Amino acid sequence: MEKIELTGIQKFYGKEPAVRHLDLTVEPGTFLTILGPSGCGKTTTLRAIAGLEEPDTGEIRLGDRVVFSRDQGIIVPPENRNLGLIFQSYALWPHMTVERNITLALKEQKLTSSKVLSRLENALDMVQLSEYRHRYPSELSGGQQQRVAVARLIALRSQFLLMDEPLSNLDAKLRTEMRAELKRLHRDLEATTVYVTHDQIEALTLSDMVVVMNEGLVMQQGTPYDIYHHPSNMFMAEFIGDPKINKFTGDVKENAGKLVLDCGDFKFEIPEQLTPKTSNLIATVRPETIKISNEEQEGWIKIELESVQPTGATTIMQAHSENTALTLLQPEFIRMDAGDLLWIDVDAHTVNFFDPETEQNLLP
Amino acid sequence: MATPQTNIAKPPLLSGRNLYYQFYRLSNKPELILGVLCLGILGILVLIPLFEIIKDSLTYQPYDTAYRPEAVVGTFTLFHLERVFTGPLSYALLYKPLMNSIAIGFFVTLIGVGVGTGLAWLLVRTNIKYKGVFGALIVIPYMMPSWVLALAWLSLFKNDRIGGSEGMFTSLFGAQPPDWVSYGFFPIVICLSLHYYAYGYLLMSGALATVDSELEEAGAICGMNRRQRFWRITLPLLLPALGSAIVMTFIRILGTFGTPALLGLPVRFFTFSTQIYASLNARNSGDAYVLALVLIVMAITFIWTNNRIIGIRKSFVTLTGKGFRQREIDLGVWVWPATLLVASFVVMSVALPMLILLWESLIITPGSYTLEGLTSHFWFGEGDPDIAYGEPGIIHSPGILTSLWNSIKLGVCAALINGLMGLLIGYAAVRGRGTLLSKWLEGVAFAPYIFPSIALGAIYIGMFSTSYGPVPALYGTFTILVMITVVKNLPFTSRTGIAAMLQIDKSLEETARVQGIGWFRRMAQIIIPMSTSGLVAGMLLTFITAMRELSLIILLLSPTNMVLTGLIFNYNEQDMTQHSGAVTLLLVMIIVGANLLVRVLSGGQGLSSLKSG
Repeated sequence: MEKIELTGIQKFYGKEPAVRHLDLTVEPGTFLTILGPSGCGKTTTLRAIAGLEEPDTGEIRLGDRVVFSRDQGIIVPPENRNLGLIFQSYALWPHMTVERNITLALKEQKLTSSKVLSRLENALDMVQLSEYRHRYPSELSGGQQQRVAVARLIALRSQFLLMDEPLSNLDAKLRTEMRAELKRLHRDLEATTVYVTHDQIEALTLSDMVVVMNEGLVMQQGTPYDIYHHPSNMFMAEFIGDPKINKFTGDVKENAGKLVLDCGDFKFEIPEQLTPKTSNLIATVRPETIKISNEEQEGWIKIELESVQPTGATTIMQAHSENTALTLLQPEFIRMDAGDLLWIDVDAHTVNFFDPETEQNLLP
Repeated sequence: MATPQTNIAKPPLLSGRNLYYQFYRLSNKPELILGVLCLGILGILVLIPLFEIIKDSLTYQPYDTAYRPEAVVGTFTLFHLERVFTGPLSYALLYKPLMNSIAIGFFVTLIGVGVGTGLAWLLVRTNIKYKGVFGALIVIPYMMPSWVLALAWLSLFKNDRIGGSEGMFTSLFGAQPPDWVSYGFFPIVICLSLHYYAYGYLLMSGALATVDSELEEAGAICGMNRRQRFWRITLPLLLPALGSAIVMTFIRILGTFGTPALLGLPVRFFTFSTQIYASLNARNSGDAYVLALVLIVMAITFIWTNNRIIGIRKSFVTLTGKGFRQREIDLGVWVWPATLLVASFVVMSVALPMLILLWESLIITPGSYTLEGLTSHFWFGEGDPDIAYGEPGIIHSPGILTSLWNSIKLGVCAALINGLMGLLIGYAAVRGRGTLLSKWLEGVAFAPYIFPSIALGAIYIGMFSTSYGPVPALYGTFTILVMITVVKNLPFTSRTGIAAMLQIDKSLEETARVQGIGWFRRMAQIIIPMSTSGLVAGMLLTFITAMRELSLIILLLSPTNMVLTGLIFNYNEQDMTQHSGAVTLLLVMIIVGANLLVRVLSGGQGLSSLKSG
C-alpha cells in the first residue's frame, strides 16, 4: 500500500483558475473522496493525478515516485503511471466484447496468456459477470456496464484507484447497490483510492476521509463525522447536509455572567472556550437535532408548521416561530398539516458558531 | 485551510531545464506532434504553391523576354498585371473570358439552383409519384463528370463549322444546326445546368427535409395566407442552404474546364478556365497565374460575402429535435403532370446522354447514324488500319487500358492517402480542440475549397515544373496527380475525419492511456476500428471524385501519366467520337458501381453525403 501526495498544485485555464492551490495527502490504503459543487476543481485534481491534465505548478507523488514536478521538470505520461481509473461514462470500448475490454491492457503488458486468463476470470467472478464475457457493451444494462468497468480495474491490479463520479449515471436503487460493491472492492483490493463526486451521500457513506473543494480551494478535510458535525466555515455548514442547516443571526449579550447569543425567540448559550470578537454571530443547527413535542413544555419554543413532507422513513417540515423560519427533520412518518402547532427544543451541544465576517467556525 | 495563491511561479522560459521540460511535455502529446506535422505538410502542399504563383506573376518569366528583351528573368515586374488588366490584350485575356464566365455562371446558377430547388420541393414536400426511384436517379448527373453531357451534346448537334464528322441531328434531318446551337454560350449553359441542378437538388432537399411543417402551420394559425407563409417562414429558413447552393455552384462553374473546352474552344469562345489553359499552352505562364489569382480572389469574395450575409443565421436552421413532422402537400390533379415533368428531366439528363454515347460508340463511320452501320469494333475489336487510325477497341487498346489502370490507381492512391490524412487531421483537430493549432489545421485543410480546380492545377504546374533541392520536377508524373487530387479533396476528407473523431468520446482513449496502452496501439485498437465506417465511405467518395476529375488535372496530364478523363478529352479533340463515347461509358459504369458500393456501405446515406464533396 502506498500513498498519494500532492503539494502546491495549481491549474489555470487561461486566466480562469481550476485549482488555485492544493496540498493533499492520501494515506496508504485509504478511501478519500473529493467532494464539491461542479466547477470546484475536483475532476481537474483527479485528472492531474492520472496525468491526463497537466498542472501549472506543484508536485505529485505516487508512493515514492515523483510523477509530476514542475520544478524538477518531471512529467510521467498517464500510460506509465500504473493507475486504475473509472470514468463517469464507464468508457467501455463499444467495438470490443467484455472479455477484450478487460484483457486489452493486460495483453499490452505482455503477461502470459494463462495469467491473463486467470485475472480475467477472477475479475469477472468478483463482479458476477462471468456469463457475459462474450457480450458487447451495448448488450448490457447500465449497471452491468458499470461492473465491467470495475472488473477492468480489478484485473489491472493497480495500487491506486481513481474514480470520477462512477455512480452518477445509475438510477437511485442501483446506486445504493453499487456503493456497497465499491466499498467492498476497496477493502478487497487494499488500493489507495481517490473518489470524486458531487453527491455528499456517496462521500459520507464511502469514505475514510473527505476533502471538500470550492472554487479551486480546499474548504475542509476530515473524516465524514468531522465534516458533518464540525463544519470549518459557513460554506461547509450550508453545503453538507440535506435538508439544509438552520441559520440564526443574533447579538452577543451577557446574562447572569454567561454569554448568550440572542436571536429573538431563540437564545443560544455561548460555550466558555469561545470568546467572540464581534458583537454578533451566526449559529447553525442541524434540522434533525431539533426535538419536537405536541404539547407546550417549559422553555420550549412554539412554532407553526408551513409544510410537511414525509419521505417514508423520515419527514421534512418547514415551520416558523414568531420571527424565524426553520427546517426540521424527524426520523418517522409524521401525519400533521400546515398550520398545526409544535413546541421545539435545541440541543446546545450540537450548535456551531461562526464569525459573520470571516465565516469561520469559532469552535476549535 | 490553504492560503489562496493566484500567481504562478514558472521557471524562466529559456532556461535549459525549462526547455527540457517543454520538450518532454510535447513528446507526451501525440495530438500536438501530429497537428504540427499535418500543418507542415498542408502548408507545403497548399500555401507554398499559392505564394509561388504570386511570386511568379510578379516576376519576369523566361518567355517574357520575347516581349521585353531587356528583362532579367526573376526580377520584380508589374508586366503581367499590366498585360492582363490594362494592356491592349487585356480585353481578350481577362475581360471577355470574365464576362463569359460570369454570364455562364449566372444563368447556370439560376437554372440549376432553380430547377434543383423545384425538384427538391416536389420530391420532399408533395405527394408526387415514384419518389424513391426519382430520388436515386436524379443525382446521377452529379456523380458523372460534368462534361459527359457536353460530349453527348456534340454527338447530337455537331455541325460542319469545324470540319470532321457531323452530329446526329444533321445525319437524321439533313440540315445543319446553327452555330449558336452547336457551340458556345447556349450549349454550355444547357449542359452545365443539366449537371448542376443535381447539386442544387442535393443541398435543397437536405434543407427542406429539416424545415418542420409545424412552423408553417403555426404561421397559418396566426392568420398568414399561403404566400405570406412562404415568404415569411419557409424562405428565411431555407436561405442559408440556398445561399451556399448559389455560391458553391457559381464558384464551381467559374473553375470548370471540360464543358467550356469541348463546346467553346472549337469556336474560340473562351471562359476564364479555358483562357488559363490556353495561356499555359501558349507558355504565357505569367498571364495564366494572374488569371488564376483573379479567380481565387473572386471565389474568396463570394464565399466571404455569403458567410457575412447568411452565415450567422445558420445556427437557427437545422433540427430542433422534437415536434418534428413533415406534411405532404396534395398536388391534386397536378400529380401526374408533375411526375411526368420530373421523369422527363431524368430522361433528358441521365438516360438520353447515355444512349447517345452508346450509339456513338457503336457506329462504324463517325457521323453516319444508321442502324446498318452498327459495330462492336470500338469495344472489342482488334486494331484495323482503316478505322480510327488503327486504334483498337477498348479491351485491346494498350493506351486505354493503361489510362484505365492509371485512373484506378489514382483513385485508390488518393482515397488511401486522403483516408489517412482525414484520420490524422481529424484526430489532431478534435483532440486539440480549443487550441490555436487545431484552428489553423482546420483552416488550412479547408483552404483548397476556395481554389477553383483549374486555378489549383495552374498553381501546381508553377510549383512543380522545376526541382526543389531533393524534390525532383514532378510535372508529368503520376505523383503530382495523386498530390493534387489529395489536396483538392482535403476539405471534404478532413471534415469526414473530424466528424468521425467527434463520435469517439475522449474518455475512450483516455481510459486506454491510463491503462498503459501506447499511442500506436490506441490508434490501432480503438480509434481506427471505431472510425472505420465513416472513413471508408469518405474514401470511396474520394475514389469517385478522383476518377471523374478533369478540370483539376488537365493541365498536369502528359502521355506518361494519362488517365481516362484526359484520354476522352484527347479522343474528342481528334474527332475519334466512337472511342470517346465508349471510354466515357466505361468510366460512368465504374463511377456508378463505386457509388452503389458507397450506398450499401453507408446504409443509403452515400448520396446525400456526396454534396459536401
